[in-house]
Amino acid sequence: MDLLLDTSIVLLLLTNLKLIASSRIAACIRAVAFQGIVFGIMPLLVGKDPLTLRVCMLSGAAIILKGIVFPWLLLRALQAANVRREMEPIVGYTPSIVVSGVLLAIAMWLGRQLPLPVPASSPLMAPLAMFNTIIGLFVVVSRRNALTQVLGYLVMENGIYAFGLAFALQEPLLVELGVLLDAFMAVFVMGITVFHIGREFDHMDTDRLSLLRD
Amino acid sequence: MKAMLLTLFLLPTLAGIIAFFVTSHSARRWLLIGAAIAHTLLTSACWVREPAPTPGGWMLLDAPGLLFLTLTSVLFLAVSVYALGYLRREDWGRRQDFEEGFLFTNAREATFTGCLLLFLAMMTLVTMSQHFGLLWVAVEATTLVSAPLIYFHRHSRSLEATWKYLMICSVGIALALLGNFFLAVAATLGEQSHVPMTLGNLIDRAQALNAPWLKAAFLFLVVGYGTKLGLAPMHTWLPDAHSEAPSVISALLSGALLNCAFLAILRIQQVCLAAGHGQFGQSILLGFGLLSMVVAAVFILKQNDFKRMLAYSSVEHMGILAFAIGLGGLANFGAMLHAVNHSLTKGMLFLVAGNILAAYKTKSTSDIRGVVQILPVSGALWVAGFLAITGSPPFGPFLSELVILKSALDQGRVFVAAAYLALLCIIFVGMAAHVLRMYQGVAVIPSAGLPSGQVADVDSSCLDKPVAESSLAVAPAIALCIAVLVLGIYIPPALQTILERAARALAG
Repeated sequence: MDLLLDTSIVLLLLTNLKLIASSRIAACIRAVAFQGIVFGIMPLLVGKDPLTLRVCMLSGAAIILKGIVFPWLLLRALQAANVRREMEPIVGYTPSIVVSGVLLAIAMWLGRQLPLPVPASSPLMAPLAMFNTIIGLFVVVSRRNALTQVLGYLVMENGIYAFGLAFALQEPLLVELGVLLDAFMAVFVMGITVFHIGREFDHMDTDRLSLLRD
Repeated sequence: MKAMLLTLFLLPTLAGIIAFFVTSHSARRWLLIGAAIAHTLLTSACWVREPAPTPGGWMLLDAPGLLFLTLTSVLFLAVSVYALGYLRREDWGRRQDFEEGFLFTNAREATFTGCLLLFLAMMTLVTMSQHFGLLWVAVEATTLVSAPLIYFHRHSRSLEATWKYLMICSVGIALALLGNFFLAVAATLGEQSHVPMTLGNLIDRAQALNAPWLKAAFLFLVVGYGTKLGLAPMHTWLPDAHSEAPSVISALLSGALLNCAFLAILRIQQVCLAAGHGQFGQSILLGFGLLSMVVAAVFILKQNDFKRMLAYSSVEHMGILAFAIGLGGLANFGAMLHAVNHSLTKGMLFLVAGNILAAYKTKSTSDIRGVVQILPVSGALWVAGFLAITGSPPFGPFLSELVILKSALDQGRVFVAAAYLALLCIIFVGMAAHVLRMYQGVAVIPSAGLPSGQVADVDSSCLDKPVAESSLAVAPAIALCIAVLVLGIYIPPALQTILERAARALAG
């Protein structure tokens, strides 16, 4: 069980690097979709108790939303726009990989320093949560393309979700489903906005959205 | 009534969903008004008898909740009356943008009304959420249902504003979710035992919470919800969204939505106070508050767009609220009173701004002259609103700002009080320059500023004499203005009681 969990954590770390290193947006979307599915399976792996209906429902909802619905929405927005690649990110690809390496090291170190009231299900869980959150934020601020920024937001959301998993926090089911529903709505609304941006501007570079300023 | 709280939430939700499918324009507009009136009636019933909490205590209307629910409800009623006239006079075909001259259309009216009602439902949910997870879900939902409202006029500027709003607020609120999880860690007492995440439970057992995690949670929640509240330096979405959204929506964003974010910050401060870390939270809020006031003052001074000016004024007043909570003591009462005053005044100002924008077709303060001649009623309200929002007597905000100042002086914090007073003065001067220039002078023909031939001269000829102002466009603003004036002179005993109870919730 622990081997399976650690393997999936390593897989998740790798998907983040894939997202950072790839310029093709479709490949990035698929990397995040894969990450979503692995995160969806995780609640089944971390639990010490036998499987409950609650865990199964959460896991199922997460797999369907993060693994299938979100990528599908984003791929549709991508098809509508005349953009295939992230052309010139604010931080280039090679520096990005170096930065993510440094962030990973920091997350690994910091994740082990946290004073936890309850031991986490795996020593890698807290570093994973931190790495995902920070790398998601990094993608949001270092990429120009609106779709890539949505992906960054999703990765960040995944990191926060991992934090919840790490400590098997007993949030009521209703709240967790509400959080998932909000994430769904967020991607839905962002997807529509990206679609409109692609149609209105003929590009999706958010740094060229600069009409409004003081 | 047992299920009062659920009814309050479900009524606008259902009305909103129905509104998406109603094809008749007049039926949909009456649905909006009907839902707004019903919501206000239900809310006033909550003043008469305290509604029962839902099982488990997830939803409960305490004094701060009731106060902000009432503000939301009253403002929504005023806005929906105004919207009735607004939707009638909107041109639904392709039309010309008055700033850049391109053609654009509006979103469907059904989408507008539906999202507006859902927005009310989500804000209602925020005011009565006692569970921190539910509160988060509700605050994030307000962002998502209000984004289509900002992108109502479908053109590039509003799209840009919507994108910034969505992205900045979503990332901010994601940080608040992390804060929630930190709070959950703080509330974990052992392998199997943890404090439930409802406000009442957390306050009762606050001493048992893990202090470093609680402080981390506070920081993340303040930054997260502070983004939504428009505290500097996380305020950057606010002027864009407020200036590009239709004025009805700006009124709701400023008067109701910001309060909801403020309430979310009050909740975590309540927990901090109970745990004995009140001082920690207060100093952070004080800092954010003063910084917001500084940023607002700088940008108001050089602002040339009157809707952006009002938006920065909202940043200022959210700063004042954070500042007051940061002071604590008597200022808590001042903060509650100021939240009431700011909501009503800012709602009124944005509605009047909508009237001015409709008549002059420009947002630039240097192109607008003689509002008093062209729009006598709106012009008078514009100046009254300006005097009120900058804290001049005899309007309500004067009283609340004075209470906050007195509290700072009572605590012997002379420098903080002096900074607060100086910033208020700068903002008064900055706003006065723009507002009075717009009010006086000889009206210029609005289309003169645009390249010739781009705008049909239909309106321009009639603009040297007063434009007929429809009662739907001015009545809500007049009502709000009277309320602000009354609050400056007399606070009804029932309101006084609720304000005091709300302030006591923050007394620690």
